[in-house]
Amino acid sequence: MIMQTPRSETVQGSWEHFPHQADIGVRGIGPTKGAAFEQAGLALTAVITEPASVAPMEAVSMTCEAPDDELLLVDWLNALVYEMATRRMLFSRFTIRFSDHSLHATAWGEPIEITRHQPAVEVKGATYTELSVKQDGQGRWIAQCVVDV
Amino acid sequence: MDLNLLKRRGPDEWHIAPRGKMRVPGVIYATEDLIHDMDEKVYEQVTNVATLPGIVQASYAMPDAHWGYGFPIGGVAAFDPDLGGVVSAGGVGFDISCGVRLLRTGLTVEDLQLVKELLAEALFHRIPAGVGSTGKVHLDRYEMQAMLAGGARWAVGKGYGTHEDLEFIEEHGCMDDAKPEHVSDFAKKRQQDEMGTLGSGNHYLEVQQVVRLFDVETASVFGLRAGDVVVSIHCGSRGLGHQIGTEFLKSMVTTAARHHIELPDRELACAPINSEVGQEYLGAMRAAINCALANRQIVTHLVRQVFADIVPQASLSLLYDVSHNTCKVEEHVMDGIPTRLFVHRKGATRAFGPGHPDLPPSLRSVGQPVLIGGTMGTASYVLVGTKESMALAYGSACHGAGRSMSRHQALRQWHGRDVVKELATRGILIRSPSMRGIAEEAPGAYKDVSEVVDAADDASLARKVARLEPLVCVKG
Repeated sequence: MIMQTPRSETVQGSWEHFPHQADIGVRGIGPTKGAAFEQAGLALTAVITEPASVAPMEAVSMTCEAPDDELLLVDWLNALVYEMATRRMLFSRFTIRFSDHSLHATAWGEPIEITRHQPAVEVKGATYTELSVKQDGQGRWIAQCVVDV
Repeated sequence: MDLNLLKRRGPDEWHIAPRGKMRVPGVIYATEDLIHDMDEKVYEQVTNVATLPGIVQASYAMPDAHWGYGFPIGGVAAFDPDLGGVVSAGGVGFDISCGVRLLRTGLTVEDLQLVKELLAEALFHRIPAGVGSTGKVHLDRYEMQAMLAGGARWAVGKGYGTHEDLEFIEEHGCMDDAKPEHVSDFAKKRQQDEMGTLGSGNHYLEVQQVVRLFDVETASVFGLRAGDVVVSIHCGSRGLGHQIGTEFLKSMVTTAARHHIELPDRELACAPINSEVGQEYLGAMRAAINCALANRQIVTHLVRQVFADIVPQASLSLLYDVSHNTCKVEEHVMDGIPTRLFVHRKGATRAFGPGHPDLPPSLRSVGQPVLIGGTMGTASYVLVGTKESMALAYGSACHGAGRSMSRHQALRQWHGRDVVKELATRGILIRSPSMRGIAEEAPGAYKDVSEVVDAADDASLARKVARLEPLVCVKG
C-alpha cells in the first residue's frame, strides 16, 4: 500500500514511504538500478526531514560491498545512516556507480541544524524487512526496505 | 489476527500447534480484543521463530506484540546450546538493551507546583535529546573499552551516581563476559560523543506522578505512595548498539548456510551459540548492554543535578532499571531439570518472581519491579513479577503499548504544536527539539497501554502495582 504521493519526481525517478506498524518503509523508483538506489537515499532523508531543506554543499564518498543487490541496498542505506550519525550531517543529492558486487557513492549534504531541519527521528538502521530490488513490468527499478527508527 | 488460527488454552492464553518446520508451539498471551487487533504478521513471526534450531518449550508473544523484524516486538524465545541452539541478532534488535529506569524523588506533586515550568526547561536544556545531539562525556579509546566492559559500574566509578544504584540494575549494572574487542571501530566511533544522550523516536525522560496504587503492600516495599513524584528514563545503547545490530545481522545472514540454518526470513539472522560468529556477537551484544546501562546511569546523574539545582530537597533513588532488547543466559527449570538457556527478549522485559536469587535482597520477597512505559499523554505502570510468570514465559512481561498508527499517518493527523498545547491544558509540559517528532509520537498514535497492562496482569505475567501519569516529558 502506498501512503504517500512521491514528493520528488524527476527524470531520474521518484521516492515514497510505505507503512510499517512501528517504523517506516523507504522505496526508490528509477529508470536504472542506480537511480532507484539514489531515490531510496532521498526517501531515507525524508524520514528525518524535508529533503528540500538540505543544501547539497559538502560531498562524502562511500563504498559498499555485498553478495547481492538486496544486501547491497541495505549496506548503502546503512552507510548513509553511519555518515549521518558520525558527521552529524543530512544528505539530499546522491550519485551511484556499480562495479561487480560493489557500490561507489557520493552524497552531498550539510551539517544538521536543529531549528531549520526540525529532524523528526534518527534512523537506527536499514532492515531486511520488505526488502527487495527488482524491475517492474514497465522496466522501472524499485529498491525498498523498512528502516528502524 | 484471525482467531481461528489459534486454540484458546485460558482466558488470556492462545496456542499455535506446531506445523511444517515449527519445532515448538507458539503461545500468545493477550485478551481476545488485543488478539483481534494484532497484525497477521505477528502470527507469521511467532511461527517463524518456532522453526529456529535449538528453541525450547515455545515461541512466546506478550500482550503488546506487534509486527517487528524477524521476531515480533514483544517476542520471547529461549535456546539450548546443547541442542544446537542459536543466538539471533534479529531476535535482539538494533536498539540493544533499550530500557526504562524509574527514580523516586522524595517529592510530592505539591512540591513541584511552583517550579514545574523551570524544571521542564532545565531538564530540556541539560539532557541532550534528539537527532544529532551529543553528550558532554567524550570517550577516548581507553575509556571506551572500560565503559564497554564495565557498564553502569564504570559510570559510577567516574562519579555518575552511587554504588547503591548498581544494586537495582539488572546484572548489578555490569554485564559479565562483554568483549569490547568484538565491537567494531565503526560502532565505537558512532558512540564516542553520544554518552549521556536520550536519542529520539519513542525515547523520553518523564517526570511523573503516582496517581493510583493497585497493590499497597508491594508499593510500600517499592517506596511508592499516591501523590509521589517519580522520574522515568527510557533510552538505550545509542549508535553503538545500532551499529552492532547492523553488522552482525549481515554476518549472520551471510553465514547461515554455512551453519546449515534455513532462515524463513532474513531478519531472523542467527548463528549457533557454539560458533565463532555466535560467540563474537554475544561478546559485542553484552558490551552494548553495558553501553546502555552506562548511558542511563549518566542521564540519571544529569537529572539529579537538575533536581539539586531546582528542588534541593529532592533525593533521587533508583527503584529499578529494566532492559527490553537482550539475549541473556538464565537458568530455567525444564521438565524438572534446571537448564542453562539463552533467553531472547525482543521488546519484552524480565519479570522475575519473588524469591529469585538475581533480585536485590530488599525486593526479593515481593518480586522484580516491571516498568511499562506509556505515551506522553497517557500513563505508565509499575508491575511486579509473579511466581507463575517464571513458568509462563521464563519470567517475562510486556514492555509498552506499541504503535497503532504509522508515523506517516500520525503526521497527517496531528501538528506537533497542537499536541503540545493540548497536553499543556492537562498540566503536562512537553519539551522537544522537533515539533514533527512530537506529531509522530502523539499519544493517539499508540495503543491503549492500560489494556495491555491489564492483559499482562490477567495472564499472571506480572501484577499491577501503580499507575503513573506524566507531568513533564522531554522527547528526543
